[in-house]
Amino acid sequence: MTPQLILFFFLATVAVLSALGMLFSANAIYAALFLILNFGTVAIFYLLLSAPFIALAQVTVYAGAIMVLFLFVIMLLGAERTGRAPASWWLQPLALSLGVILLVEALYIVISQRGALPPPGEVTAAYGGPVAIGEVLFRQYLLPFEVTSILLLVAMIGAIVLSRRRT
Amino acid sequence: MSVPLAYYIGLSAILFTIGAMGVLIRRNSIVIFMSVELMLNAANLAFVAFARSYEAISGQIFVFFVMTVAAVEVAVGLALIVAIFHTKQSIDVDQMNSLRG
Repeated sequence: MTPQLILFFFLATVAVLSALGMLFSANAIYAALFLILNFGTVAIFYLLLSAPFIALAQVTVYAGAIMVLFLFVIMLLGAERTGRAPASWWLQPLALSLGVILLVEALYIVISQRGALPPPGEVTAAYGGPVAIGEVLFRQYLLPFEVTSILLLVAMIGAIVLSRRRT
Repeated sequence: MSVPLAYYIGLSAILFTIGAMGVLIRRNSIVIFMSVELMLNAANLAFVAFARSYEAISGQIFVFFVMTVAAVEVAVGLALIVAIFHTKQSIDVDQMNSLRG
């Protein structure tokens, strides 16, 4: 067990437990806080995978902006408590069994194809930094980057139209 | 990177499954949205792990775009939820069974 492997298993435990906490907490506020913990853990995974730019974008965009929006809407609607049972009694067991089947399938594929995965290699120190990301983003992926701005504009207009008062 | 790639992919699969189960068993539409975010995050983790393994920076660029689309989705989705709440006084997905506003 190398220190990195120990760190991986510790962080993986935190990530899975916080995801399960989000799944099973009855209060939506607690679910959002568990999800923030999960996003923070995944950001540390990105750092371990030598992707510092993506890790910081994860913290600012996901754990910061998106989750603040979630918490704001939950508190605005006062909708944190929804302890109602599902409409049909068979929905929950069916969903659980389908989820277990999905997990077993995915893990079976990962384990059986383990030999085909590339071995971990070494990368240069500049890999994943803002300079490396920026060079690829503004040369090779300039058009998708600009299209993204149109997407954000459409979302902004859509959110304003949806939330304005009906006259 | 002394941690094998398969471990990261396995963790990503576990997180994705938890997110999918959240979409299926929760009835609060805001929590369903959060589960969708968890699934996107699991896919992002797999992307970054593969990008690290193949030393291809394009995988990280794709994660960047996925984050943008997730932000867009949350902005529009939460606006829809607020609008639905104003007409139905509930965000339970079982109540959302008619197209009439």
